[in-house]
Amino acid sequence: MDFFTDHYNYWVVIFLMMVGLYTVISRGNLIKKVIGLNIFQVSVFFLYISIGTVEGGAAPIITEGVELYSNPLPHVLILTAIVVGVATTALALALVVRIKESYDTIEEDEIHELDHTL
Amino acid sequence: MGNNISLLLVVVPLIAAPVVAVLPRGRLPWAVALVVTFLCVLFAGMQLWGVLNGGMISYELGGWAPPWGIEYRIDAVNAFVALIVAGIAAVTLPYALLSVEKEIPEDQIPLFYSALLLCLTGLLGITQTGDIFNIFVFLEISSLSSYALISLGRKRQALTSAYQYLIMGTIGATFFLIGVGLIYSQTGTLNMQDLTIRLPEVIHLKTVNTGFAFIMIGVALKLALFPLHLWLPNAYAYAPSVVTVFLAATATKVAVYVMLRLLFTVFPDSFVLATHAKDLFIVAGIAGIIIASIYAIYQRSVKRLLAYSSVAQIGYMVLGIGFASATGVTAALIHLFNHALMKGALFMAVGAIIYRVGACHMKDIHGLGREMPWTFGAIIIGSMSLVGVPGTAGFISKWYLVSAALEQGAWISVAVILFGSLLAVVYVGKVVEALYFKPVTESGRSATEAPLLLLAPTWVLVFANIYFGLDTELTVGVAEKATAILGVVNP
Repeated sequence: MDFFTDHYNYWVVIFLMMVGLYTVISRGNLIKKVIGLNIFQVSVFFLYISIGTVEGGAAPIITEGVELYSNPLPHVLILTAIVVGVATTALALALVVRIKESYDTIEEDEIHELDHTL
Repeated sequence: MGNNISLLLVVVPLIAAPVVAVLPRGRLPWAVALVVTFLCVLFAGMQLWGVLNGGMISYELGGWAPPWGIEYRIDAVNAFVALIVAGIAAVTLPYALLSVEKEIPEDQIPLFYSALLLCLTGLLGITQTGDIFNIFVFLEISSLSSYALISLGRKRQALTSAYQYLIMGTIGATFFLIGVGLIYSQTGTLNMQDLTIRLPEVIHLKTVNTGFAFIMIGVALKLALFPLHLWLPNAYAYAPSVVTVFLAATATKVAVYVMLRLLFTVFPDSFVLATHAKDLFIVAGIAGIIIASIYAIYQRSVKRLLAYSSVAQIGYMVLGIGFASATGVTAALIHLFNHALMKGALFMAVGAIIYRVGACHMKDIHGLGREMPWTFGAIIIGSMSLVGVPGTAGFISKWYLVSAALEQGAWISVAVILFGSLLAVVYVGKVVEALYFKPVTESGRSATEAPLLLLAPTWVLVFANIYFGLDTELTVGVAEKATAILGVVNP
């Protein structure tokens, strides 16, 4: 039981990762795919932040009387990854808007049908 | 100057990109981008020269000493790949002027060159950096700009293929990120040189093994390794001609470099030889060569045909890596260089046809070989190089690849390499047949030879294909030196 409770954040990470990836693969709606991709990426952010934790460590801000700090490096890395994620989402949504304008639909199967008939 | 060249190679295009975006319309954005790429070739050439004569270059960003700070660490391997990327960019840019004016709306041209320079920044950054997280960042810089570039294609399918590439590319990059995180959690370092030292102690841990698997799958997606290649044919087929030339000749090559670097420098050799990763590479390589070549035969668009051929050629490179021997890796590096030359030349020639007739379907190009003899000549020589006819660059890669296979007694691989060349004869034969032996169509009769500005860069690459097929000192010499640095020995 401890194996589950002690690592509960990693279980959350795995759950979110699978939900995100499954959404990307299974949904035909282009917006839903982007949402799935976001969930997938957020799970990785959680993974990194969990890795940075040091047992009993305080937040990595220098304070008097505190000896042990959590590792701030993964947090910094994830700031970069968040920026990348935002850029990816923005670009993906921009593409969806353009696709909607040219196809008048954002359902994958309908787009395939349109391209074959034309 | 000295070590600063290595940084300038990334910083110059990075700073130029936003500048180009705000320049007025007209030809000024193109001129600035042209100067920047020429500067990049100069820097990359000086860098390779420096590395070959003076040994490794290490540049500490912001003066923070590695392994804490980010380090640019250049040896013969990345200097070689950086020169390929910069060189292809410099040949593509003169070609771009007319082709882009024809294919991209006028108000988007400055932004187009801006995105192209960003893509160049990302690709050069991947080759320069010695920090594994930095690779992820540059990978995303190059990928995001290439999604935007692909979506600028004239047909609306360009949008859907860019979207598809975005989804698959982001999953690949995120897999890479997961792998890096897992390995960081066990080693506490991101510097690749430092990882080489620290990984052997923890290599038996499941976390590290899982991290390795995530990274390899992530890179394989970026590399379009069969069967993770689904994004590539559409992306190459519907992108603007210039983007196809640039990406086909550089993007997948840089991913091959990342794979080589991680397999042979970062992870201990004993681990790579013990895992089944190399067997998987051989299987994926063989499957890619055969299946993608067969797909190529059945394509009705020349660009799609060449895109499938790219997937097959990546199979050859991965096959070379899978042998995990010095000869195999040398063959992969030589083919990396030669494939950039042959696909660059072929996609440029196809771009010239698109410039004249506006399409590249088999039925649209009937008889054009007689109307556009120079373009046709470039396609013939490029195709010969693709097949591996002696006297062209492609022959050299196939020769080394077959030697590597023979060394290990891998008769199946030898047969596959030869069979793959045979399939290549069939699919390029289809293009040649349509171009030369079919009667010219009504619309094709008015087509004239492509303008000099398109032909000259194409023929530069065509001559490079012949030159490097006869004089192998540079390619083979550098590739062997690079293999020695990667520390691969014949088992």
